Amino acid sequence: MTEAVLNMTEANAPPSRESAAGKREEFAHEISNTVGRPLLSDAATKFRCRDVDVFYAGDKQAIFNVSMDIGRNEVIAMIGPSGCGKSTFLRCLNRMNDTIPGCRVTGDIHLDSEDIHARAQDPVLLRARVGMVFQKPNPFPKSIYDNVAYGPRLHGLAANRAELDDIVEDSLTKAGLFNEVKDRLSAPGTGLSGGQQQRLCIARTIAVSPEVILMDEPTSALDPIATATIEELIDELRQSFTICIVTHSMQQAARISQRTAYFHLGKLVEVNDTKTVFTNPQHQLTENYITGRFG
Amino acid sequence: MSAITDKVRASLGKRYAREKRFRAYGVISITLSLLFLALLMVNIFSRGLPAFTSTYIKLDVVLDAQTLGVTATDPVEKLRAADYSSVVTNSLKTLFPGVEDRKQKKALKSLVSGDAPYELQHMVLDNPSLIGTTQSVWLLADDEIDMYQKGHVDRNAPEADRRIKDFQLAWLDKLEADGRIKRKFNTIFFTRGDSREPEQAGILSALTGSLFTMTMTLMFAFPIGVMAAIYLEEFAPKNNIFVDFIEVNINNLAAVPSIIFGLLGLAIFIQMFGMPRSSPLVGSFVLTLLILPTIIIASRAALKSVPPSIREAALGIGASRTQAVFHHVVPLAMPGILTGTIIGMAHAVGESAPLLMVGMVAFIVDVPHTITDPATILPVQIYLWADSPERAFTERTSAAIIILLAFMVTMNMLAIVLRKQFERRW
Repeated sequence: MTEAVLNMTEANAPPSRESAAGKREEFAHEISNTVGRPLLSDAATKFRCRDVDVFYAGDKQAIFNVSMDIGRNEVIAMIGPSGCGKSTFLRCLNRMNDTIPGCRVTGDIHLDSEDIHARAQDPVLLRARVGMVFQKPNPFPKSIYDNVAYGPRLHGLAANRAELDDIVEDSLTKAGLFNEVKDRLSAPGTGLSGGQQQRLCIARTIAVSPEVILMDEPTSALDPIATATIEELIDELRQSFTICIVTHSMQQAARISQRTAYFHLGKLVEVNDTKTVFTNPQHQLTENYITGRFG
Repeated sequence: MSAITDKVRASLGKRYAREKRFRAYGVISITLSLLFLALLMVNIFSRGLPAFTSTYIKLDVVLDAQTLGVTATDPVEKLRAADYSSVVTNSLKTLFPGVEDRKQKKALKSLVSGDAPYELQHMVLDNPSLIGTTQSVWLLADDEIDMYQKGHVDRNAPEADRRIKDFQLAWLDKLEADGRIKRKFNTIFFTRGDSREPEQAGILSALTGSLFTMTMTLMFAFPIGVMAAIYLEEFAPKNNIFVDFIEVNINNLAAVPSIIFGLLGLAIFIQMFGMPRSSPLVGSFVLTLLILPTIIIASRAALKSVPPSIREAALGIGASRTQAVFHHVVPLAMPGILTGTIIGMAHAVGESAPLLMVGMVAFIVDVPHTITDPATILPVQIYLWADSPERAFTERTSAAIIILLAFMVTMNMLAIVLRKQFERRW
């Protein structure tokens, strides 16, 4: 921890709300290192990220020098104000940024000690291992069954129709959707309610048995009841998957995650146990954010 | 509060008036275009419909072996070469005896079409035992007679201004009184190719030519256009100078006059590659070039309108880019792609200028059987007939336009049904 950071945490009078925007810029250049506990032991690590930089077209840098570990079977929440790069970082983990023209990722990201940017690493295989759930529910305009069966069919995971049926039922059950849709598996997935659609997307993701599930604000388009259902689901899924979730709701991060990472203007400010982040933040920026001074 | 309410109220009248005015403009323009469409339709149909019937004259034909110069037992070649026109002339002379004037004799002969002897020939070839008998047959009348029957000749006009002279009118009145004239459905129009004689001219060769050309055009233009659109939209590197250059050029090509494509086709396909001129094959190549920009631009717009979330969803599960595109994006874009194809094909089916350049303007009597046979197409046939001096070709021109419109409507309906099929898959 640098002097600057220590000084910052010792600053006693929290800045007033009026000066928040000004402070944001002022603090930005002072984040030289991530505070808290960004690194884990090798045994506990699923994703190892070192010095990750992301540039968009025109050399606009979106992520600055992020280093952190993501543990096995943990739910890690990524929080921060809009435009802070948390979604961009999430999309690095399954190389979804590759699909954006002009986007460039540098640094090391290892999944189970495999370099995901290695020449031998196929992004298609990577995305089968690291599934993703998006902000807006995006079921395919196909039947519920076909939505879930798409991944297994793609990767040839089922030898016959019976096995495929099993995978579909199992995935829908895990996503807590099977009982609601079992009588209308051939109905269009786009005809479900928003919350059901998002659970369908989760079922679609877990149907290919990924190791990690990335969730990019999965509940931001949903009502509180649907949100609660998804949060319960995430807690259950933790048994079998590693989950990285980007969220704008600090309550949600506090409820469902074991660790929390706070991003600010493309820099990783603080990573720590969720409890510590919310009760005893070590960085002034984190404290300002979670106490609602800006963000 | 009330001041604001008053202000708003004061402006309301003006706003509603503007809305009403705008609606009125819309209704007026739609009414105008409907009016012109109706005018066009009434004009074409009132002129064209009579062409679907033609006039026949009943003659008692004496098929005596002496005049024909053959007997029933003669081989087919000899029967084919028999003198059928004398038989027709003789029967006309029997009907109207005492015609001595050379001019009148000629007019008498041309009461019936030049096709009449061939009709008799077919009859005799089908059944040689008719030789030696007298048959009462309906023979196709000459186009001038047909025009008179359809009311295009004014009896009260001075004789010098009439195509049908007084003596001919007398004959026709007699035929009419004897019940020897009637109008029948014009099967010739649908079963034959072009002819210099209007009454023998048919649309079949042009229709077949159009059908061949359009089918081939669709077969070439649809896959090439859609593939090009998919590549440019989904796979081509963005912000690449070469790709931008191609894009700009595709947009420019859409605005190139169609006759230029004809010249290009003439220079490349016919002169360089030596492909058969006047053939539907070359015609379809030219039309393919012509409508490719339309299909590519429309298909790209359709592909672009597919929400990116669908692509992300597929990629996020581990679909490759090609799989994401062909499993999800293309099916969703298909209705738009088909709309573009319909527009392109509708453009192509009415196109004549580029095809004139590759020789499809030829006078084609035979119905084409393969895509390399010389052929013409409906718009060019319309152009050829519209250019012909005979009065009877005027109504055939309109009839051909009706056929072209029917062809277009059928083609578009088919495409729309197809599109609906795709749309139903949400």
